[in-house]
Amino acid sequence: MQFLGFGILTWITFLPLLGMIIVLFIPKTNWNAIRWTSAFFTFLQVILAVVIYFNYDRGMAGVNTQAGMQFVEKYTWIDIKQVAWFGRIHIEYFLGIDGLSVPMVLLTGLICFIAVFASWGIDKAVKGYFALLLLLDTGMMGVFVALDFFLFYIFWEVMLLPMYFLIGIWGGPRREYAAIKFFLYTLFGSVLMLLVILALYFSVTVTDPTTGEKMHVFNMLTMMEAANFEPGSLLAGLHTYWRYVAYIALFIAFAIKVPIFPFHTWLPDAHVEAPTAISVILAGILLKMGTYAMMRISFPMFPDAALYYAKPLAIFGFINIVYGALVAMAQTDFKKLIAYSSISHMGIVVLGMSALNTQGMTGAIFQMFNHGTITAMLFLIVGVIYDRAHTRGLDEFGGLANQMPKYFAIMSIAFFAALGLPGLSGFISEVFAFLGAFQTYRWITIASTVGIVLTAGYMLWTLQRVFLGPLPERWTKLTDINGREMFTLVPLAAIIIFLGLYPSPMLDLMTASANYLVDVVKTTGSMAVGVGP
Amino acid sequence: MMFPQIGLTHYLFISAILFSLGIFGVITRRNAIMVLMGIELILNSANINFIAFSRYGGLNLDGQAVAIFVIILAASEAVIALAIVLNIFKTLQTVNVDEVNKLRQ
Amino acid sequence: MTQDTLLTLSLLILFLPLFGFVVQSFFGRRLPRQGDWFETGLLFVALLLSFVVLYGKFRLYSEETLQGTFRWVDFGNVPGLGPLQLYLGIMIDNLAAAMLVVVTVVSAFVHLFSIGYMAGDVRYARYFGFLGLFSFSMLGIVLTNNFLMMYIFWELVGLSSYLLIGHWYERKSASDAAKKAFIVNRIGDVGFLVGILILFAMYHTFSFDRIFSEIGAGSIPFGSGSWLTAAGLLVFMGAVGKSAQFPLHVWLPDAMEGPTPVSALIHAATMVAAGVYLVARTYAMMTADALLVIAYIGAVTALIGATIAITQTDIKRVLAYSTISQLGYMMMGLGVGAFSAGMFHLMTHAWFKAGLFLGSGSVIHAMHHALHHVGDHHSDPQDIRNMGGLRRKMPITFWTFLIFTLAISGVPFTSGFLSKDEILAGTLAFGGLTGHVLLPILGYLVAGLTAFYMFRLLILTFLGDHVVPARLDHVEESGKVMTIPLIVFAVISFFIFYSFNPFGASSGWYFSYVERPISAVPSVQQAASIEVFEEAVHHAHVPAILLSLLVAGGGILLAFGTYYWKKINAEALAARFSALYKFSLNKWYFDDLYNATVVRGTLGTMRVLRWFDDKVIDGIVNGTAFVTKVSSFGSGRFDNVVIDGMVNLVAYITGFCGLVLRLVQTGKVQTYIVFVLFGVVVFFLLFRSV
Repeated sequence: MQFLGFGILTWITFLPLLGMIIVLFIPKTNWNAIRWTSAFFTFLQVILAVVIYFNYDRGMAGVNTQAGMQFVEKYTWIDIKQVAWFGRIHIEYFLGIDGLSVPMVLLTGLICFIAVFASWGIDKAVKGYFALLLLLDTGMMGVFVALDFFLFYIFWEVMLLPMYFLIGIWGGPRREYAAIKFFLYTLFGSVLMLLVILALYFSVTVTDPTTGEKMHVFNMLTMMEAANFEPGSLLAGLHTYWRYVAYIALFIAFAIKVPIFPFHTWLPDAHVEAPTAISVILAGILLKMGTYAMMRISFPMFPDAALYYAKPLAIFGFINIVYGALVAMAQTDFKKLIAYSSISHMGIVVLGMSALNTQGMTGAIFQMFNHGTITAMLFLIVGVIYDRAHTRGLDEFGGLANQMPKYFAIMSIAFFAALGLPGLSGFISEVFAFLGAFQTYRWITIASTVGIVLTAGYMLWTLQRVFLGPLPERWTKLTDINGREMFTLVPLAAIIIFLGLYPSPMLDLMTASANYLVDVVKTTGSMAVGVGP
Repeated sequence: MMFPQIGLTHYLFISAILFSLGIFGVITRRNAIMVLMGIELILNSANINFIAFSRYGGLNLDGQAVAIFVIILAASEAVIALAIVLNIFKTLQTVNVDEVNKLRQ
Repeated sequence: MTQDTLLTLSLLILFLPLFGFVVQSFFGRRLPRQGDWFETGLLFVALLLSFVVLYGKFRLYSEETLQGTFRWVDFGNVPGLGPLQLYLGIMIDNLAAAMLVVVTVVSAFVHLFSIGYMAGDVRYARYFGFLGLFSFSMLGIVLTNNFLMMYIFWELVGLSSYLLIGHWYERKSASDAAKKAFIVNRIGDVGFLVGILILFAMYHTFSFDRIFSEIGAGSIPFGSGSWLTAAGLLVFMGAVGKSAQFPLHVWLPDAMEGPTPVSALIHAATMVAAGVYLVARTYAMMTADALLVIAYIGAVTALIGATIAITQTDIKRVLAYSTISQLGYMMMGLGVGAFSAGMFHLMTHAWFKAGLFLGSGSVIHAMHHALHHVGDHHSDPQDIRNMGGLRRKMPITFWTFLIFTLAISGVPFTSGFLSKDEILAGTLAFGGLTGHVLLPILGYLVAGLTAFYMFRLLILTFLGDHVVPARLDHVEESGKVMTIPLIVFAVISFFIFYSFNPFGASSGWYFSYVERPISAVPSVQQAASIEVFEEAVHHAHVPAILLSLLVAGGGILLAFGTYYWKKINAEALAARFSALYKFSLNKWYFDDLYNATVVRGTLGTMRVLRWFDDKVIDGIVNGTAFVTKVSSFGSGRFDNVVIDGMVNLVAYITGFCGLVLRLVQTGKVQTYIVFVLFGVVVFFLLFRSV
């Protein structure tokens, strides 16, 4: 599918960048032009996402075959024939999506569009803010569509820089601490990933079809094929020491993004300090990159190690669920509470994918999407109250239900979705993740279900503290939610309710790939030691 | 009365005296004009040398040609130098070379 | 009437209240009278339709189970399993058809009652919307044919219960009670979910039919009978939460913070009975061990509820504990194998307990107005010690209340006698068959206690003299919308609607249509078969009737002796057995126990973990940063002093030379010329000899 000579994935990825360039040409005092330009470009992105949704072939699996990928764009990007001691450098511009990435592409388009409207109230260096926001958008979208590891790494890093400035400049009182913590933490992970990329690069060779010579490539799909590993190279074979090490390094790199206990402490700080729209993006999209990368990279590239370490992964999932919920319960800052609830909910994703079966994997991908929408709503909701009251202390509120009835109604949907109420989307993904996990790890899953009760506990407690009871005198002037805020929340609420009742439109996108991924990991991963090239 | 035969030595002697006077002027004078005059003396002492060697050294007319070159050169040098001095005087109200130290500061 | 028609009608019944809820949430406040008659009308339509379904089912398809399903999720070709789809759907068997009527009748009349009771409430439209949501969810539980939908609606009734208990959320006690109800229910639900996980992991389906037929075909979860028992008990755990069984019964009394019609609908007649219905639905997979546990839990719950009810003074709390106790009866009935009796008791209890609650609502309503009239804002309108003598002022409420009280106490010619007697006969038979004699003993003890505390309630409320005689003048009988439901429930609490024999229901229509399902579990794990059990019940029937007449009569006499004729001094007794009295008054200290262990344990853990997260985990991160900073400081010093020192040394030496040499550099051409001259002289002197 081509527009003006570029494929749809190129468009959807680089449209925001185009928007950023245009924003840079707008005078910095013309706030409205800047905002509407950003809104326009992210809206185009949403339209492209919808086009992708309707043209996506649900039957194709993808994962490790180029034939199964859709909307593929593959060109040679950098090709330097002879570099001292490094040999030939061959990097491809390789984009494509399958069932693992489609939900994420849709989510990114949606959340970024909403984030632009959530940023309407920014009044400090507006031009810079929106330019960075659009750059961030490109980075995130790129991560989800890139199939060349080098390209993936570039997008991964591109996204880091605007995030740093968005937190560091437009954030709350401790913004600099939070921004630096976020940046360094992620960079630490990136370094580990870079090492693994290099190790893979030097281990994998393919034959150049034109010249017939052997060359190293960064193509991810190539790295998933056991036959491509050069015999005797560092990562060749199965179940070798270095493969396990590489898997763990990748795991840490991605676990920081998820974030998995004990690498999670950047998250509450970053969330609390970031402006509302950035928290929305952070929780809605950025966290998904970690789990997405595990499914896209760790599992198919190291199926042996993935299988070997599946149980520890499940235990990490369990810790995230219960630990996140308990710590969330202890918070008195509204935003921090939501941040820890994210940790708890991402634990469900980890638990689901560690099960390595269809229900678990589908539940995990679906939970990624649902958590994106639900947490985005929760952060928008906190933003609404913070804009009015300029505080987030849970104990300072009370009785807002009568003062802000519309707000209360929309917020109840988000809260109940977060605590996994049936009829709302969070429930289905949670149940599927548990269904899958239980088939593989009986006791870990049973222990994890405690999280369901705890989540209900802190969510309802928060609801009670903020909305129920008598209204304190100082809040009698708070106004109800306005049209723009409604506009950001209602689409999310509609999606949450619709997918809660009938999840198939979303599940159908991912089942083929989930099945295939499970199959690949299980069959390749369970091969005997030493089998392989 | 018998004048001693005038030879090369005498010319060189005159030239040496002129050169010394020129050097002395260049080194000791603070006035730029005087310095320039010293330079003229040095050049002329060189001219005398050239001509003397031309006459007594068997160098034909080469020495005289060079001397004419030097005269032309000295004339143009004097023109440019005096123009610079004039400009310096216009801007700084002085021709004292010790006070013209703008580049140094 | 084809099967499809019946299924379509059931779907219509299911979605009518939901439609009402949606309309009420968006337009409720703009509808005439805030949509109360609209919502009530919808429920009465549903009520009529459910009678049609009941009739059609019993007359035409009494032997079949009607099912309608649709594909909900398609997992595609699952590795190692093949194609996997999840289907959702509804099914109507005789049990569901009967339950459909129970739910719609209670719901419709409670709607009607609410029009009077809730008049002038701040959130009138919202209230009716949530009643609609509840009715939808409850009907969903009744109609579902699979575990997943059961769980979905299970949670949804929990949600509507939460919303309605917290209807007056300005009161902290109300929002606390709502939260408690939801969380305690969630604990049970988690058990239920794990049960579902076990079943799904084994059979890869949620459908009741397919799971039971797989079990019947000899496929047991993880190849072990104990896992089957565990699955049954975990599913039962959901019922423990929802039906307020020991040890999760603590939420129900607090739930009385909700409006009284809500208590009647949700916390007396329907939602709390959903647990019993769930056990009935999954009866085929319950092993003998599981059923025994269910029976004991039921018996203990019945005892706890009854003993606490004796000393409570809040009219609604007495009824709440009585509900707990009666639910225990139903569970016990199911547990011992008296399936039809248990379900029959569910239905009769729904009528008379809904009636009791609505009656108490009528009383509270009247008391509230009277207290308001005399300007008394301190007395509790729900405290029975502030009542008495209401009989003369509220005749309809009194007479209907009396009928309900007779029914719950198990006095002959009432529906309650029929159902309770069958359960007690079942326990007697079970005790005889298996030797578990504690069950019938507890059953009869509770029957006596029930008669006692219910008549205590009746006497203190309606008989005798009013505590403040002047106030009685302001007490008025409630309006028609409130009395009509009472009369309806009172009428259907007579035996004649269920059996022409006032001393035995087993010949009535309910027992012939709703029969115990055939167990699917392996024969070694089965409870006594239906034939053996029925034989035993048949023999136990006459002694059961005599015994129950005896204990009920005894209880009633004791109540009259204590509170009406005042032959026995209740206060003196309470003082004499103060330990027992306090134990009952403080609800066996369950709330205190849970607060001290579970609640405080969780709060403590969370604080410790928060500290751990802030100080230890984040401390390590910040510590790493600190160590990095310190080492960078050290290496910075090294860099500055040693490495840079060497560089600076070179520069210093150069600088020193420069300092010396700069003396030569005057910037004066003349000085340079001197040097040049000097140089020339030197060169001349050096080379002159050559």
